[in-house]
Amino acid sequence: MHNETIANLSQGLANGEYSSVELTQYFLDRIKRLDARYNSFITITEETAIAQAKAADAMRASGNARSFTGVPIAHKDIFCTNGIKTSCGSKMLDNFIAPYDATVVDNFNNHGAILLGKLNMDEFAMGSSNETSFYGPVKNPWDTGCVPGGSSGGSAAAVAARLVPGATGTDTGGSIRQPASMCGISGLKPTYGRVSRWGMIAFASSLDQAGPLARTAEDCAYMLNVMAGFDDKDSTSLDKDVPDYTGQLNNSLEGLRIGLPKEFFSADLDTEIAASIQAAISEYQKLGATIKEISLPHSGLSVPAYYVIAPAECSSNLSRFDGVRFGYRCQSPESLEDLYKRTRSEGFGPEVKRRILIGTYALSSGYYDAYYLKAQKLRRLIRDDFVNAFDSVDVILGPTSPSTAFPLGEKTSDPISMYLADIFTISTNLAGLPAMAIPCGPVNGKPVGMHLIGNYFDEARLLNIAHQYQQVTGWHQQTPDGIE
Amino acid sequence: MTIDRTEVENVAHLARIAIDGDDIVGYTRDLTNILSLVDQMQKTPTDDIEPMAHPLSAKQRLRIDRVTEVNQREHFQKVAPITEAGLYLVPKVIE
Repeated sequence: MHNETIANLSQGLANGEYSSVELTQYFLDRIKRLDARYNSFITITEETAIAQAKAADAMRASGNARSFTGVPIAHKDIFCTNGIKTSCGSKMLDNFIAPYDATVVDNFNNHGAILLGKLNMDEFAMGSSNETSFYGPVKNPWDTGCVPGGSSGGSAAAVAARLVPGATGTDTGGSIRQPASMCGISGLKPTYGRVSRWGMIAFASSLDQAGPLARTAEDCAYMLNVMAGFDDKDSTSLDKDVPDYTGQLNNSLEGLRIGLPKEFFSADLDTEIAASIQAAISEYQKLGATIKEISLPHSGLSVPAYYVIAPAECSSNLSRFDGVRFGYRCQSPESLEDLYKRTRSEGFGPEVKRRILIGTYALSSGYYDAYYLKAQKLRRLIRDDFVNAFDSVDVILGPTSPSTAFPLGEKTSDPISMYLADIFTISTNLAGLPAMAIPCGPVNGKPVGMHLIGNYFDEARLLNIAHQYQQVTGWHQQTPDGIE
Repeated sequence: MTIDRTEVENVAHLARIAIDGDDIVGYTRDLTNILSLVDQMQKTPTDDIEPMAHPLSAKQRLRIDRVTEVNQREHFQKVAPITEAGLYLVPKVIE
């Protein structure tokens, strides 16, 4: 059952091949037996899952089942889950039992989906390797000596190891797509404003967006159907009709115009990754697509601009963690200032502190124009590059990550080298565009992901483009060695 | 762009984060490196560019000014480190 897609599991439940209780117990047993190898779960919600599965079976018996009724999933531990620990991968929230559900969580609950647990992640989603988690690093199922990518590393590893058929993630600079790429699965970051951020613990509010991670594009479409939609409780949610994301999956790609940014295919690109991407481009040509070289001249400014905007917004968002209302509090504070300072010093890990300090510096008196304002101006140039490109192409294709999964510990002592792991993904967050990573072949036994960037609200088309590729290739069906 | 030890200590104070003396050197080095990366921004002229607040130029939604939430003080204070009589307790601020 663990090799079945969400689409098949949903069908199996509908056909009465198994009950949700049976399916849920099967995955719970699997997680308990195997996850010690990967460390992908922070919390396993067994009691909740079984209770939800019973309710889902009753929902089906009464004729009210929906596409996700009875299907098990897991949430990144950044989404608040009522009555369930929500740690955000941090010591700061190790004791935090969320008092309400995030809208994304609520949406899955309303569909009758089953929550198997909460997934490991980089602390406050700040990282590209899942090594900044308070709960220890996640191991890549393809090579447990390597990172799974981050920050949604637990989500990607759990899906790749067949511990869960689909998982939620969040993406601020590549945190869905880069781990999806490194773990050989499919992941989608929707248009900014498409999925509610309510109850999703904030890192950089102008960039954060939730999305699905699953083995196939079709499964991502099923998940996005549940996740997407206007939410009055999120002031940046966009009120726009939600299509059926499975509706366009089978459309022909005849005449599709694919743009290849020359900046993403420079001489620096790893030759084997480049070869994988080239092979994917050839497949698309066979499917009827035309290829055009394009330019995104300001894309090189993405990483510098991002490392102002994201830390600036993080320093503001994380000021709420003060040891007073919830979360960690230091022992025996001598004064209010001591309470704040020691709580935050002891509760946050080094990478989170680095980013708070950078952000505080960038926003401090006298520096605002040189840093935050400058970055917001560059952000417009980066966005305008994409807008211009989409005048002549339907989708932009490139690599998701400059390397395959790297060894644990390789980049932890050098923050800059870690930041550059997101060099191809960050620009789409700055521009607010939707983008997908899907597997396009291994290099030296480790997965490579191609990156597909769509125009605003073009998620259905991205999913169509990814799905058509997955109809003629088998990379998404490959299983890591040693997966039972 | 370099940032010195005193500036790091000042920023850490503004951010209300205590940093051990031993760790200041490392943070100073890392912050200097990050600011050098960030300084690549300055090469591109942006005098006439309007800063981008939202990619689709969305405007902040407003709503009617009326109470929509119910009081859940007890529920929310269950996760607080220390409360008393419905209040959050902190070290004494005023002698």
